[in-house]
Amino acid sequence: MTSIKLRAVVALFGLALVCAAQAQQAAAPKKAATQTKKAANSSPSAIAAEFEKFRDIMEDASPAELFEAKGEELWKMKRGPKNASLEQCDLGQGRGVVKGAYVRMPRYFADADQVMDAERRIVYCMVTLQGFKEADLAKKPFSSGSHTPDPVSLVTYVAANSRGMKIAVPQKHPREREAFNVGKEIFNYRAGPWDFSCDTCHGESGLRIRTQDLPNLTSKKEAIAAFQSWPGYRMTGGLMHSLQWRLNDCFRQQRFPEPGYVSETISDLMTYLGVNANGHVYKGPGIKR
Amino acid sequence: MKIFQVSIFGAIVFASAFAVQAQDYRGKAVANMQRDFHTRGIAHKDRLDEDVLQNICNRSDNKPPKAMAETLQNDQLRDIEYPADGKFLGDWKSGEKIAQRGRGMTWSDKLAKTSRGEPNGGSCYNCHQIGPKETSFGTIGNSLFHFGKIRGYGPDTQKYVYGKIYNAKAFNLCSKMPRFGHSETLTEEEIKDLVALLLDPKSPVNQ
Ligand code: HEC
Ligand code: HEC
Repeated sequence: MTSIKLRAVVALFGLALVCAAQAQQAAAPKKAATQTKKAANSSPSAIAAEFEKFRDIMEDASPAELFEAKGEELWKMKRGPKNASLEQCDLGQGRGVVKGAYVRMPRYFADADQVMDAERRIVYCMVTLQGFKEADLAKKPFSSGSHTPDPVSLVTYVAANSRGMKIAVPQKHPREREAFNVGKEIFNYRAGPWDFSCDTCHGESGLRIRTQDLPNLTSKKEAIAAFQSWPGYRMTGGLMHSLQWRLNDCFRQQRFPEPGYVSETISDLMTYLGVNANGHVYKGPGIKR
Repeated sequence: MKIFQVSIFGAIVFASAFAVQAQDYRGKAVANMQRDFHTRGIAHKDRLDEDVLQNICNRSDNKPPKAMAETLQNDQLRDIEYPADGKFLGDWKSGEKIAQRGRGMTWSDKLAKTSRGEPNGGSCYNCHQIGPKETSFGTIGNSLFHFGKIRGYGPDTQKYVYGKIYNAKAFNLCSKMPRFGHSETLTEEEIKDLVALLLDPKSPVNQ
């Protein structure tokens, strides 16, 4: 074949594909049942069940509460180069209002002209109100050893103040709707040496990696997993982690390069996950395996 | 890695057809990621760049039209480098270790094959049931227990399994399974050991 012929043939394929894609958009939600696989292995593993039992017992005296208390202290204390507290920080419900803020984020903030998730907004306030430098906060943003970064405690405090409330991530502002749609694209973006996307592991119900159940984060029913228990006290390693950490570690497993701490990419993803979880009741910071 | 002209034409035509979309969320997503990610350890930032196959799977929600999938699958098939000695079966014991090992290619791993690096794993148990002893297995892929017993031990099956591990996309374009040879995650010897794990009649997989 000459290259011109090839071009024509391939152009036809391309057009067919566009039509197919558009038809798909109109049709039912993605991912109908695939293949006949895993019928035999779908029962939740014994280890996971064991852990769930243990977690119920632990939930009463959760170590996460220690970090809530630390976060409250940090919120109210005058700190940083500007010697200010965070009580003037607007989390979307008015200056200083913490109650119910977590279940209504990510949201659009006009002062920053950005859609921001809770941790991103807290860091924004630490920078603008208290004079901390974002680059310093981004140096070691995740818990390790005996060190828990301040934003992690702060986000735990803020999250605790939405305990028992309905998740209601807003989609009124055009930028919020854009963040949802861009987040969805990022969720489905396969790349890297192993061709993985979030969707590879979280796009279907009933799957496991080893004994870990993988929530289908594209389904209304299971998307609550993105919210519930994050921030969470992770018993593996005994560390308090926020959703920022969870997504960072999933990108690592995805064999991607590292996303920037409190970056727009993360806020976009969290908007997508959060809107999917809308309507569920958030039970507050908890314990993770 | 080789460059496939046919597919590149495909990608260009495909890309321009999509560019007419009013709301370019995908374009924004790619731009945001390009701005927000950085190289860490061995996970270089250029891993964000899609190759032709990833591009087509991403743009078609992993369901490209059949004719296009066939063309691209043939490209992937040509990419497979089969062993020069024509032998596919290695050592199943070592294959079991490779199947168990979950490390490799993340930013917290070292480059395999360097003096300080550890060998990469295949993460096979993350997704597949394989040997009878390992009960902690994932379910993203189908069960491979009794693979040889069910599918036969002959040279065609051996060649298929070698190829599937080397480049899973040559048989199912948008498969969730990584391309272990193509991505240079596993060596020829390691893939042979995995073939033996599945197809050696003496392997516990086939007992
Ligand atoms: C290679 C597999 C893999 C990929 C790719 C992956 N994840 Fe995960 N993800 C996991 C595993 C394993 C867990 C842990 C499940 C558990 O704790 O039991 C997890 C947990 C999560 C959780 C927390 C769920 C819970 O119940 O607490 C969220 C949210 C999440 N992932 C989102 C994502 C997003 C967003 C992406 C893409 C950026 C992604 N994941 C990519 C494997 C993956
Ligand atoms: C991230 C998930 C994942 C990983 C890791 C993975 N696979 Fe797979 N594998 C799949 C899926 C999904 C299928 C079925 C769809 C397909 O054929 O592409 C599959 C199919 C296969 C098949 C073909 C089965 C058949 O019935 O023809 C073989 C053989 C196989 N895998 C072997 C392996 C080996 C060996 C490894 C490790 C080196 C491995 N896989 C790692 C997901 C995975």
